[in-house]
Amino acid sequence: MTPTSSSLRRVPAGAATPQDTPQARRSRRKGSSRGRQALTPWLFLLVPLAFLVTFSYVPIINMIVYSFTDWDGVSPDYAFTGVENYVEIFTRPELFKVFVASLYYLAAAGLQIALALYFATVLSFNTRFRNLFKGILFFPYLINGVAIGFVFLYFFQEGGTFDTVLGLLGVGGEHLWLGDPDLVNFSLAGVSVWRFLGLNFVLFLGGIQSIAPELYEAAELDGAGRWQQFRFIIVPSLRPLIGLTAILAISGCLSVFEIPYIMTGGAGASETFVIQTVKLAFRFNKTGLASAAAVVLLIIILLVTWLQRRLVPEERAVA
Amino acid sequence: MPAGPGGVRGAGGKGRRARPVARAGWPARLATVLKYLSLVAASVVVLLPLGVVLLTSLKTSDELARGGGPLSMPDDWLNFANYVTAFEKGQMAEAAFNTFVILIVSITGTVFIGSAAAYAIDRFSFRFKKLVVAMFLFATLVPSITTQVTTFQVVNQLGLFNTRLAPIMLYLGTDIVAIYIFLQFIRSIPVSVDEAARMDGASALTVYWKIILPLLKPAIATVVIVKGIAVYNDFYIPFLYMPDQNLGTVSTSLFRFKGPFGAHWENISAGTILVIVPTLAIFLMLQRFIYNGLTQGAAK
Repeated sequence: MTPTSSSLRRVPAGAATPQDTPQARRSRRKGSSRGRQALTPWLFLLVPLAFLVTFSYVPIINMIVYSFTDWDGVSPDYAFTGVENYVEIFTRPELFKVFVASLYYLAAAGLQIALALYFATVLSFNTRFRNLFKGILFFPYLINGVAIGFVFLYFFQEGGTFDTVLGLLGVGGEHLWLGDPDLVNFSLAGVSVWRFLGLNFVLFLGGIQSIAPELYEAAELDGAGRWQQFRFIIVPSLRPLIGLTAILAISGCLSVFEIPYIMTGGAGASETFVIQTVKLAFRFNKTGLASAAAVVLLIIILLVTWLQRRLVPEERAVA
Repeated sequence: MPAGPGGVRGAGGKGRRARPVARAGWPARLATVLKYLSLVAASVVVLLPLGVVLLTSLKTSDELARGGGPLSMPDDWLNFANYVTAFEKGQMAEAAFNTFVILIVSITGTVFIGSAAAYAIDRFSFRFKKLVVAMFLFATLVPSITTQVTTFQVVNQLGLFNTRLAPIMLYLGTDIVAIYIFLQFIRSIPVSVDEAARMDGASALTVYWKIILPLLKPAIATVVIVKGIAVYNDFYIPFLYMPDQNLGTVSTSLFRFKGPFGAHWENISAGTILVIVPTLAIFLMLQRFIYNGLTQGAAK
């Protein structure tokens, strides 16, 4: 780096005298201002770090500590119980079965990524009303989660919109979309696809649009059809983005909370891991056990992230 | 402008469109039909649940009781009585005010905190720099919902529980994505720009305030959009930290419709639409910025 030559825009021409070379400046700065120089970055980092430590690291460390105790969250003291909480999590099947619900969301996430890829590809080629379709597909992502919860509570009511539409399509009957334990997770995972498809789609669309147009032109000259363009140009270019989306999807479906909590209160089969943890902590005052559950979730998510970093080498192709 | 297949709608696009028609017969046409069919189907799936709520919000409770079905049209398209009820009884004015205060303070704070941290990390070399960067990095991996159990204790001990400061502080403290957006952008500002100012005798603070911050405007726009959407839509933090009746935000006030309005779907629908309309307005006005902002914010 040669900062001298290009840096003179704001400096009058006469000021570019030899004593303003970086070396000269450095020697001038030495001595008294050396200590201040070293402090300057910390001045800027003071507030950000204070927030980071208070609201990220103190809770994480506390959580790890509490996970080895029997604390109830209110009494002034607690006893260390070793790994008892962890043993309880792994041996009481009802505490672990909530992960079954995650599988529905995971399957839904796979569907969501496939659909997003399809619509992004379709809309990246010439299409009438392109911006309208893009806007419609994307908009649900921006909607308030509680509003979405209510929209679909109404949608899935017995004899409600969904049943009516199914009736029009010739599939009769009224269903307890949110009450039947066999159906509830399908319904809720469907809402999740409805809500998050738009984000995936817009990310993929952005990725496709950053592919050099010459690639398509060259492929077309070589006689490649749409499918081949998709298979050999679009998919490889999007690979890092798809990897990133997959990891977000996995950690996302492990920490599903909002939609089931708003819509069913996390009752019965719709209970997720996070809802269970929150209930343990705030309703049953089992802070120790809840902390251990949160630590388990954290470890799983870190593991998944680490695996993804190993499997998909960092390609900074993403703009 | 991203020059992609969508961007080159001019010359190149025309050629591409002309080709299948000229060469291929019905298979290409069938593909086109299927394409539009799938797009229309997806649009119906997105719009139908929202449209039905809009219809219901315009009906009277008698109309709903009559049982015309959710797809029936309201008798009076200008019946806004439910909106008045929802707005007044749902304390929506207070909710809008609380949300607005929280939005303004936490967005402003995020911009300053994020840009200051990014400035320090990118423009200075200092001891423990690697550790500091690693600390920010690791924190992004921890899903904040998992630590709520103990974050609650911290907020409580700071005496912030049931104050507007609780969500504000949490939004400020957990936004590491903003730091990354700023960091990426600061890297693209040549160091020579601030070196020149330093030569003129400007302090680091002046350089940050007078040079870096103004140059960061596009990144600030991104952060404002990403953060604004996140804060407006957040439910859990205000729900957990501000249960006070007078401290409702848009999300939590709407959530409280569940109790008193019971099965009064006409009122709940009106409240839901009231919450969605501002989002729709912002989206229609700032479409392009929102797309760009989210693409940048999420690819971190």
